[in-house]
Amino acid sequence: MKYRGARIFLEALRCEGIDAVFGYPGGAVLHIYDEIGKCGTELGIKHYLVRHEQAALFAAAGYAQATGKTGVALVTSGPGGTNAVTGITNAFMDSLPIVVFTGQVPTHLIGMDAFQEADLTGMTRSCTKHNYLVKKVEDLAPIVKEAFYVANSGRPGPVLVDLPKDVTAAVTDFNYPEIVDVPSYKPQVYGDPKQIRRAVAAMMKAKRPVLYIGGGAITAGANEEVRLLAEKLNLPTTCTLMGLGGFPASHPLSLGMLGMHGGYWTNMAVNNSDLLISIGARFDDRVTGKLDEFAKDAKIIHVDIDPSNIGKNVKTDIPIVGDARTVTKQLLTELANQLEAGETIADKSEWHQQIADWKEQHPFWFHQDGDIIKPQYVIKELHRLTDGKAVVSADVGQHQMWTAQLYGFDNPRNWLNSGGLGAMGYGFPAGMGAAVARPGETCVAVVGDGGFQMTLMELATIKQYNIPIKVLVINNGFLGMVRQWQEQFYAHNYSQSDIAVQPDFVKLAQAYGVPAFRAEKVSEVTSTLQEALNTPGPALIEMKVAREENVFPIVPAGAALKDMILQ
Amino acid sequence: MRHTISLTVANEYGMLARVAGLFSARGYQIDSLCVAPLLNDELSRMTITTHGNDQIIEQIIKQLEKLVKVYEVHDLTKDAHVERQMVLLTVNAAMGEQRQEVLSLVEIFRAKVVDVSTDAFIIEMTGSAEKVEALIDLLKPIGIRDLVRTGTVAMTRVAAIKARQAKYDEEETFSELTLNEKV
Ligand SMILES: Cc1cc2nc3c(=O)[nH]c(=O)nc-3n(C[C@H](O)[C@H](O)[C@H](O)COP(=O)(O)OP(=O)(O)OC[C@H]3O[C@@H](n4cnc5c(N)ncnc54)[C@H](O)[C@@H]3O)c2cc1C
Ligand SMILES: Cc1ncc(C[n+]2csc(CCOP(=O)(O)OP(=O)(O)O)c2C)c(N)n1
Repeated sequence: MKYRGARIFLEALRCEGIDAVFGYPGGAVLHIYDEIGKCGTELGIKHYLVRHEQAALFAAAGYAQATGKTGVALVTSGPGGTNAVTGITNAFMDSLPIVVFTGQVPTHLIGMDAFQEADLTGMTRSCTKHNYLVKKVEDLAPIVKEAFYVANSGRPGPVLVDLPKDVTAAVTDFNYPEIVDVPSYKPQVYGDPKQIRRAVAAMMKAKRPVLYIGGGAITAGANEEVRLLAEKLNLPTTCTLMGLGGFPASHPLSLGMLGMHGGYWTNMAVNNSDLLISIGARFDDRVTGKLDEFAKDAKIIHVDIDPSNIGKNVKTDIPIVGDARTVTKQLLTELANQLEAGETIADKSEWHQQIADWKEQHPFWFHQDGDIIKPQYVIKELHRLTDGKAVVSADVGQHQMWTAQLYGFDNPRNWLNSGGLGAMGYGFPAGMGAAVARPGETCVAVVGDGGFQMTLMELATIKQYNIPIKVLVINNGFLGMVRQWQEQFYAHNYSQSDIAVQPDFVKLAQAYGVPAFRAEKVSEVTSTLQEALNTPGPALIEMKVAREENVFPIVPAGAALKDMILQ
Repeated sequence: MRHTISLTVANEYGMLARVAGLFSARGYQIDSLCVAPLLNDELSRMTITTHGNDQIIEQIIKQLEKLVKVYEVHDLTKDAHVERQMVLLTVNAAMGEQRQEVLSLVEIFRAKVVDVSTDAFIIEMTGSAEKVEALIDLLKPIGIRDLVRTGTVAMTRVAAIKARQAKYDEEETFSELTLNEKV
């Protein structure tokens, strides 16, 4: 069948099983929009018109984070592409599979400083896993195929495909390749059996081990295997911010989150461990704190599909390159063999007792006294009212940390946030993407009053498509996280962090036609939340919370984990 | 320490920028770089000389391997290999004694005179970086008017390739293993 490029593009998306595209039109992609108008529905592809390209990328990322499927965004050339760059970088940092299609000026105008021309492949080389410029229509289908393959295999990441306008107009036969082979790109899935044996031996011997789960375990779908490994070896288990839900928070072996805002007991356990088993985590500086002081006595086992992440920040004793799920299965098999052969697992009762003592000494704390709403209380109530089962996205800031600490995620892919880039503005559109991806489930975007104002124009989008996302604005009238650092590390000098001048969020939502609710007193929290959760379709809840609450514990930037500040 | 890294990459649009961009984005140094297509026009070989401690070199190699269109990366420094640079020099060569002096250096270094005028030569020489340096040092007092020098190109010695292949085959076998699922 002969089609023009624009139609081939849509046919290719259909072949990839794509049902949702988040995008924004413009001159360079008008052939594509013409086809979307003509046959999008017939091909089963629903286009969501966002109100800013950054939100298209965040929504695609939320879609990907909530499902593991590849998110798709479509934007025009020039400003469309440059508006997308933050979203692309976010997906790059958090290893999220998205494919972004950008319009480009016609091939004969490339390099001529044409209207709305920007060198998008050049600009995004360092924030994409790979990118392509399609120079002729015959290359379009094979490139789309390859782009989807690269985005969602190995360590996932964003892939950009730049589409010159004449390519989408040109006509050719449409044949979607059945297989894709990129000889220069072969992610390693199986772990080296020699290292697996060494790892299991170390795990059986360890007296003070900690299992440290990251986003890669979620990517790999390794939850069951990880849980089995923890249970069989009786391993205290912590998750990174990106790994939350990779191990059930309510599990008796769960230590919750580690790192800058991790629990005291968690960081103490990690720092005093004799064996740290990392699966799909990348020893980020927000996790390790000062490297010289990090888990000094621990042997380190590092399972990661990206060899460049092994040994990058910390010296690794047992490196295992491979897929988290496959490797964990290999570990379980080897463990079973060792047990059968009569080997035994070291006793850890003292270690568990020690960790329990640490937890008792300094649990997470906050005081909900008086009328003023404490943000932590709101998160706890949200957990209770949603039975801990909601899909929750967060923006960036204090509310993100409280949600991470207190919501208690038991399942993978229910927690979406921007960890690596820490891009304010992520929470709301990401939650919108998740609500599109997971219809019928309760989806809540927890946002700060600062970050929400970076992408709040998407209220129009959720209204237009009746996307049932509940936006929970934790309004402290400050750029809270900045204010906290200014309080703690800059002698209370609240320079440019007071944002008390702000819109009436309830009226604002109503102006967009989105039902909105507000709570100003503790007594109103539960009923307001419940009312919003019961409202079909989108809704906004504004929580007026205590203005100067702090996130504790906190490891000051560059300090050692043991030097965390507790109150 | 100085390392010579050889990459086999897809011979396509933007490849050089990807590699160079990786170095600059991560703060690694490129001391010299050479790139040209291989026999098969679809691939190119890049030779990069760089320096850094072991950890940096390990990261450079792993990051390069991660680029989707990079086929192979070898740190040639690990194995026996040959390295060559080429240099073109315009040097003073006035008739008489000076000319003779230059010609004798050309002879000793097995260089070539590729252009002659009344008062200057263009000299071409290929050799290791050290040899190139040595020639430059000796010609300096005579007067170098212009100089252009390629980066290093390098190749592993045949015997070393065989040894590397044998080791590689041994390491690869495990990926063929099927998993015995006892989970
Ligand atoms: C305000 C703020 C505060 C923060 N505070 C904290 C904090 O206290 N604690 C904390 O943990 N983080 C914190 N972060 C987040 C932090 O910046 C990092 O994003 C996070 O720690 C990285 O998580 P990760 O190690 O799980 O890696 P990810 O970024 O999730 O990376 C995944 C890793 O798994 C690997 N991988 C991918 N797929 C697979 C697979 N199939 N098999 C095996 N491996 C795979 C990847 O190569 C990579 O190494 C904070 C962020 C912000 C914005
Ligand atoms: C795009 C962007 N700009 C700036 C920052 C720096 N930053 C991190 S947290 C924060 C404050 C966030 O304030 P708010 O959204 O109100 O959330 P709160 O911390 O009060 O919960 C800022 C400015 C950022 N992470 N992202």
